[in-house]
Amino acid sequence: MKAHLSRRYLFSASHRLDNPAMSPQENRDTYGKCNNPYGHGHNYIVEVTVSGPVDDKTGMVCNLVDLDTFMEREILTRYDKENLNTLKEFAEQVPTTENLCVQIYEIVHRGFTYAHLERVRLEETMMNSFEYTGENTQ
Amino acid sequence: MYMEVRFDANCVAPYRMLYLTRKAEFAASHYYHNPDFTPEENRRIFGKCNNPNGHGHNYMLEVTVKGEVDPRSGFVVDLKQLKEVMHREVLDAMDHRFLNKEVPEFLHSVPTTENIAIAIWQRLKGKLQNAQLHRVRVYETPDLFVDFYGEE
Repeated sequence: MKAHLSRRYLFSASHRLDNPAMSPQENRDTYGKCNNPYGHGHNYIVEVTVSGPVDDKTGMVCNLVDLDTFMEREILTRYDKENLNTLKEFAEQVPTTENLCVQIYEIVHRGFTYAHLERVRLEETMMNSFEYTGENTQ
Repeated sequence: MYMEVRFDANCVAPYRMLYLTRKAEFAASHYYHNPDFTPEENRRIFGKCNNPNGHGHNYMLEVTVKGEVDPRSGFVVDLKQLKEVMHREVLDAMDHRFLNKEVPEFLHSVPTTENIAIAIWQRLKGKLQNAQLHRVRVYETPDLFVDFYGEE
């Protein structure tokens, strides 16, 4: 029997939305307050959903310790208390929550092999969230 | 075992379909009554919700849009604009209102959570730029919500 398992993790990070390809004025128009040169921060909640057959012996889709260990090492250590703009994955792209959501999906998708990744949902604030399921238009 | 995760510097987001959800809260009162039913039917079908003086809820609205990430801005949609559209089209009309008497859609239909979700979809449809409306979810209470995907 297949089941979906979701787990939520919290990390805090800062960012500034600014695209060097745009003029200062265009950056201000596009990003508004998020363009503040000093940056600002969020408590991000990353919600990971994995799926798979429920193991007959353990009754689990995957061992939560494995998932927690992976997420701690690959996501929380990488992003918690960091300035996203200083990280290499955001050297060439703006650290919007859309782009961060895709990055986290790629890391979990490539690295976590104990269950199938269904979805990464990233909450930027209590009022906004972003979701990526691996769906591409091309 | 884990694979070591390496970054692809070109792991940028064009052609990736993202779903963005924005929440907004509004408070409103309503009651359930269908003039085609007899008073007895209204009481039987709608129970306590048939009280003509109305009762209220803190509704939580979740609007989900889908779209490709713009490679230049990194955005699916301008959140500020989405927030403004939600305020203009929905909250200005419904927040702190008696839905049965003040919102045109409910002068002739029952303001159930189902009908509220449909009305909000109709109000938002076509008003969003660069993104497609995917889902309207309305929580009447934290334990009860309705999703509408625009399906006939």
